[in-house]
Amino acid sequence: MSMNTQGRPTAPQAVAVGSPASGSALLPEEALLFEIGDRDHSGVDLPDVEVSDDRLGGLRRKTPLDLPGLTEPEAMRHYVRLSRRNYSIDSGMYPLGSCTMKHNPRLNEKMARLPGFADVHPLQPVSTVQGALGAIEELARWLMELTNTEAVAMSPKAGAHGELCGMMAIRAAHAANGQTHRNIVLVPESAHGTNPATAAFLGYEVRSIDANEHGTVDVEAVRAALSDDVAAIMLTNPNTCGLFESQVIEIAEAVHEAGAYFYCDGANFNAIMGVVRPGDLGIDAMHINLHKTFSTPHGGGGPGAGPVVLSQALAPFAPVPFVRKGGDHLELVEHAEGGSFGRLTAFHGQMGMYIRALTYMLSHGKDGLAQAARDAVLNANYIKARLEDLFSAPFNGQPVMHEALFDDAFLKGTGVTTLDFAKAMIDEGFHPMTMYFPLVVQGAMLIEPTESESLQTLDAFIATMRELAEDARAGNAGRFTSAPRRAPLARLDETRAARQPRLKWVRPEASREAAE
Amino acid sequence: MRYLPHSEADRTHMLGVIGARSVDELFAAVPASVLDTFSPDLPDHQPEFSVEAHMRALARQNHAAGDGPFFVGAGAYRHHVPASVDHLIQRSEWLTAYTPYQPEISQGTLQMLFEFQTQVAHLLGMEVANASMYDGSTATAEAVLMARRITKKNKVILSGGLHPQYRDTVVTYLSGLSGLECLAPSPEGQGDIIDHIDDDTAAIVIQTPDFYGHLRNVSKLAEAAHAKGALLIVVVTEIVSLGLIEAPGALGADIVVAEGQSIGNPLTFGGPYVGLLACREKFIRQMPGRLCGETVDAEGRRGFVLTLSTREQHIRREKATSNICTNSGLCALAFSIHMSLLGERGLYRLAKLNHARACALADALATVPGVEVLNETFFNEMTVRLPVSAAPLVERLAAGGILAGVPVSRLEPGKPEVENLLVLAATELTTDADIAALVEALGAISGKVGTGFPVRDRDQKETGELA
Amino acid sequence: MTTRYTQDHEYVRLDGTTGTVGISNYAQEQLGDIVFVELPAVGAEFKKGDEIAVVESVKAASEIYAPVSGKVVAVNERLADEPGLVNADAAGDGWLVKFELSDAGELDGLMDEAAYTDFAV
Repeated sequence: MSMNTQGRPTAPQAVAVGSPASGSALLPEEALLFEIGDRDHSGVDLPDVEVSDDRLGGLRRKTPLDLPGLTEPEAMRHYVRLSRRNYSIDSGMYPLGSCTMKHNPRLNEKMARLPGFADVHPLQPVSTVQGALGAIEELARWLMELTNTEAVAMSPKAGAHGELCGMMAIRAAHAANGQTHRNIVLVPESAHGTNPATAAFLGYEVRSIDANEHGTVDVEAVRAALSDDVAAIMLTNPNTCGLFESQVIEIAEAVHEAGAYFYCDGANFNAIMGVVRPGDLGIDAMHINLHKTFSTPHGGGGPGAGPVVLSQALAPFAPVPFVRKGGDHLELVEHAEGGSFGRLTAFHGQMGMYIRALTYMLSHGKDGLAQAARDAVLNANYIKARLEDLFSAPFNGQPVMHEALFDDAFLKGTGVTTLDFAKAMIDEGFHPMTMYFPLVVQGAMLIEPTESESLQTLDAFIATMRELAEDARAGNAGRFTSAPRRAPLARLDETRAARQPRLKWVRPEASREAAE
Repeated sequence: MRYLPHSEADRTHMLGVIGARSVDELFAAVPASVLDTFSPDLPDHQPEFSVEAHMRALARQNHAAGDGPFFVGAGAYRHHVPASVDHLIQRSEWLTAYTPYQPEISQGTLQMLFEFQTQVAHLLGMEVANASMYDGSTATAEAVLMARRITKKNKVILSGGLHPQYRDTVVTYLSGLSGLECLAPSPEGQGDIIDHIDDDTAAIVIQTPDFYGHLRNVSKLAEAAHAKGALLIVVVTEIVSLGLIEAPGALGADIVVAEGQSIGNPLTFGGPYVGLLACREKFIRQMPGRLCGETVDAEGRRGFVLTLSTREQHIRREKATSNICTNSGLCALAFSIHMSLLGERGLYRLAKLNHARACALADALATVPGVEVLNETFFNEMTVRLPVSAAPLVERLAAGGILAGVPVSRLEPGKPEVENLLVLAATELTTDADIAALVEALGAISGKVGTGFPVRDRDQKETGELA
Repeated sequence: MTTRYTQDHEYVRLDGTTGTVGISNYAQEQLGDIVFVELPAVGAEFKKGDEIAVVESVKAASEIYAPVSGKVVAVNERLADEPGLVNADAAGDGWLVKFELSDAGELDGLMDEAAYTDFAV
């Protein structure tokens, strides 16, 4: 059998200590919408018009909707109370490695809500949306300038969608060059799961490349894996260990010599924006997570946006739609022509995210973006410098980029796991770092502070981390294994959730009978 | 700079702790040949008011939907969103939270997703729904791939009534795979799919109301598909319709996908939107995307977690059901809040109001000489055949401040049979005055048919008297 | 009855020409709580090393490879509702698949109990 990730407890042990805060006025519990609302309540006032069945083709609804309604005060209270059970960037540091949880400027939100952007339909005549196309064009220019690339496909809806876009462009380029036999994609073991998933999605065989003892990929390892059957390499740079791939230029040259393309996962572009241009490193395609690097809000899981910059070699294969200058106006090319591989989504992509990202870029300017990247790198190195005597770093002795990676060696023999340690951070007021990723490191702890954290916050975080590490080593495992105790809920039983999936609310039997 | 907290003194202090002389030293792994070697042709940082002025200038160059009579639909719809929805989704705890991977401090998002999944399942008449996809078009492509995995068959038939850009998205997702069959556009709402189903068929995909506005009764299709071991995938782009129209699940659908934009989300030039995906419970392990499930915490209290994650890329890597990672969390929240405000009663009234406005539009259009309404059935959208080419007419009306709809030729270029077809939508925001203005403008133009009104070729410059 | 182990932590317990396949106790401990088991169809034929099943915990999905070649004659239906049997009794009630072996000689390349204990710990 294969064991592709480390086992860890997913059903909590019962804890003796209650969570004192839960249920209090400032940490409310909240019933489900379906337990509060009912079919007779509504938070909208609409006229009750009668309509005939004449034009409904006999398809008028017979099945009850069974959707509860809330009046506006009830709705406000439900969603505000629920919101208070969430941690957020605005309430504290969110050092999730690889996720770039930076501040989300509110000017971005205000601009995205201007009626000239928010109240515009994607299929209005192009003559009535010149400003929208202008904003897309302007954002595209920023992205190309910052990456030194020839084209950008704007429509991908998120990073993984961008990967699909870039890899489809690569497949189309190989097809145009009579290289359809190339069926292998090289992916380092430390890659995001989306990389192998994307390659496999497109029918490629995924071949893993090992990192060296310093946590980066050697050009020799790439050369050894290259052959006439390799279509592309997918490399994250800076990589998921927080390190810049120092041989990236040689790797790009080797990949190109072998007739393959270089897909760069740009999830970590925040470390180098305005400082290094990926195009100068020889990349052919790279997605940029606007929701990481360019501050569009994560929104509890999305939406994101994942534009893909393309080299000259891949530009002809970009998907539709794209904006094109046509004399004194902008055109929108909506149908595949030439080598374009087609369409990845209806309409034109994540306009609301473009506006936020462009606003962010204009606010920072090229000088501010470079400063932000440098501050992000400075912060990560500061954390590393102040923790490395107590924590264990798998790849020590070199500066990191935007994130600091530790393993669980320092917890050996303490009875405390990476998971326990993370949960204890919650009790001390911090969101945990990314855990158990990248997979190449045992019990990984990946800390990305971003440029948004002040020195004061970093020092408080560092003090907490040090105190926790010392306490774990002093033998106080119970504090960790029973954590969190000061959150709205204690640890959740994920085993039960997966063994008996309950994916929607079901009316309890008793009240159902009473209702009938 | 207003978003960067460090002073120069802070930076100097930190470098001292690190033991580096400059930040450049921290970039030592970067080859010197590419580090700081360029000067982008981009502006430097600006105060808030300058940025705002710049963005407002761009926004002013767009004709907003609220600026005049508006009949554009075709997969994205202008509806009223209650003020409280936008207020709530801008609360920090919703806006600036990450994916709820730490359930103890993410119960707000998780409970909301559980409520969202329940609302979607009820609305679509299905057993389970996921925690959202990017949008309706990509959800459709994912549903097609899901059906192929479930049935272990290849052939997938797309109805001619499917939104052309949804079709094109599916074509792209399935490029390199065999078995996709796209039927010709069916603007008259003709039944077009049933004869194509055979034993090799994995799924048939049909939209209702379809792209041209026709309501499709899918129950016979469900029977025909199931008889051959195929799945029925139903696509809904106007989710408000389900307040009045029977749920696809009740008509035999196996997978239902929908665009949820109409509830809670503004038009925003096409995105971000929120894809809905629901199916029968027995298919859950083949679903793409995140799922939220109910469980208990260590003290036995009800709580929610992301579950069945082994389907997903971060664990399954190259064997995942999809490469999808990000969802549309905040748009799903907007959907869920708006749906809570509507409730069953509000949604029913909203749907009836939309249909009533569309009936008024259809009746008015039918009075315009030379204009033919193709629909016998519709919810809030319909197709008309004009006596002239639709695209230049729409441009002309737009110049007069009326956004009249979507010319089919914009999405189906090079097909003469759709050249004169226009798809128009009405919603609760469509007034009698809007309809009167449209009818008057159309009447003025159609009155000129046969009396020298220029029918413009797509590529030719127009010289008519109305130019 | 003889039991043999693979380096991938599957066991096969031989009873005549029928082999019962499961995962070792060590493997179930490493995986944590098993929440789902995907099993092959009865009658399916596999070569040694083919993927025959998937065992899922909350955070991991692990492919199970055929320790020997043969034809599936039974699968453990109880695991559909009680995947936790793999944790509770990996060597007994938590078995996965019964094989009709096509080449008993293949067992020679596998480890016995003592060798596996040395290997796994």
